[in-house]
Amino acid sequence: MSETPKVSFQDVHISFGANRVLQGFNLDIHPRESVVIIGGSGTGKSVTLKCLLGLLLPQRGSIRIDGEEIVGTHGRSRTRALAKFGMLFQSAALFDSLPVWENVAFGLIQGKGRSRDEAKKIALEKLGQVGLGDDVADLNPAELSGGMKKRVGLARAIATDPEIMLFDEPTTGLDPIMGDVIDQLISKCVKEIGATAISITHDMASARRIADRMAMLYKGQIIWAGAVSEIDDSGNALVDQFIHGRAEGPIQMEIRTP
Amino acid sequence: MTGVVIQFLSTIGRLFLTFLGAIGGLTLFTASAVVNSVTPPFYFRLIARQMIVVGYYSLPVVGLTALFTGMVLALQIYTGSSRFNAEGAVATIVVIGITRELGPVLAGLMVAGRVGAAMAAEIGTMRVTEQIDALTTLSTNPFKYLVAPRLIAATLMLPILVLVADIIGVFGGYVVSTQKLGFNPATYLKNTFEFLETIDVTSGLVKAAAFGFIIALMGCYSGYNSKVGAQGVGSATTNAVVTASILILASNYLITELFFAR
Repeated sequence: MSETPKVSFQDVHISFGANRVLQGFNLDIHPRESVVIIGGSGTGKSVTLKCLLGLLLPQRGSIRIDGEEIVGTHGRSRTRALAKFGMLFQSAALFDSLPVWENVAFGLIQGKGRSRDEAKKIALEKLGQVGLGDDVADLNPAELSGGMKKRVGLARAIATDPEIMLFDEPTTGLDPIMGDVIDQLISKCVKEIGATAISITHDMASARRIADRMAMLYKGQIIWAGAVSEIDDSGNALVDQFIHGRAEGPIQMEIRTP
Repeated sequence: MTGVVIQFLSTIGRLFLTFLGAIGGLTLFTASAVVNSVTPPFYFRLIARQMIVVGYYSLPVVGLTALFTGMVLALQIYTGSSRFNAEGAVATIVVIGITRELGPVLAGLMVAGRVGAAMAAEIGTMRVTEQIDALTTLSTNPFKYLVAPRLIAATLMLPILVLVADIIGVFGGYVVSTQKLGFNPATYLKNTFEFLETIDVTSGLVKAAAFGFIIALMGCYSGYNSKVGAQGVGSATTNAVVTASILILASNYLITELFFAR
């Protein structure tokens, strides 16, 4: 593919004290592609997303969006870059102090400067897109179940029709049926708005459902990347162990034995 | 032996570096908070909401504190001054004591306990539940949205609260003096206002504005830098109240010296 990647990570390094989390992270994600980054807990998946959003600053390396460097940017250029993103957080991260519709409309009112009436209309439409009726619009987030919170979080993420959507462990904490519902909604919403999607998860069933391509993160680097159909024949022992969820193999968990 | 000395010195060094890091972090946070509080956009709806939380909802606790303080002050000054036949000074000492010191300091400490703790807990919970990260991804500056409204509201509302506390405190002294100690109401009021100077009240209001700034700053700073988990939010809340209280007492001395040292 010769077109400019939508998102490009090049040799990204980030450490927290002696803990080196990303050690030369490289990955290109192309427009309208859905890439899922898989990997064990603590391998740096969430850190990768936070670096992309500018919430963490890599010590070395480059992150480009549409060919534009975003590492270390401030002010308007950062705001311009952030406006391209929509994110569904692991815990949904809904604002407790605002009703559901205001949560969904937040980016429209604060980021895009839409009027409250106009934003509420769009918020209700987006809630409908994720299968929630107008009756939940005035509820507080605390009154919602885990699955409903995720759907409101998804509605908030798609409210501004972002170019790039980020999903942090979208099915964690949900029952398998609700997990499947969320995955279907993610695939549908991403296709409808024509966004590029980057998801991180260690739920393989979910990853297979939403990904066009998968990349496995291990010890701060991408050790394998390829189409979903190729993952079962990756020829990589680390990938094989991870996707089959085996305790025995080259990935050794640091568990102290009595 | 050398190893023990090196370990001791490295511990001191580490503590010193941590201390410097904390000072640097607080300084940068303060600078950013102030800049974001005085530059647009302003979230007037949030500022108004915080003004109600800081000002209106603190009225009962601040009012009761001022009332009982004024009553106790009148009683104490009366029993003390009667030893050298200076009972006539009760009204003047009560009003000066309340307006210069007890009104702003006690209101500041009570609001630090009520509002500073709530700010730290609310922002700390937002930090650990990724709501602050969510704000950033929605193109909203958390300093403008969370910190600036609280800072502006507390700095504006504390002087108003203290003005109310001054009036209630003086009223408390008046009630005890006239109803229990046998003072003539007209004479008491005349003595209250005759020797009261503008600087007595304005110095208290300047202190109140400074205390309001400190309370909101420490509440927001502690919450914003809260560690993960319930314990992290708990520590942030404690830190907010303790540091704000100490800074209120320390800055009270500095402001008093600025106004009244000769």
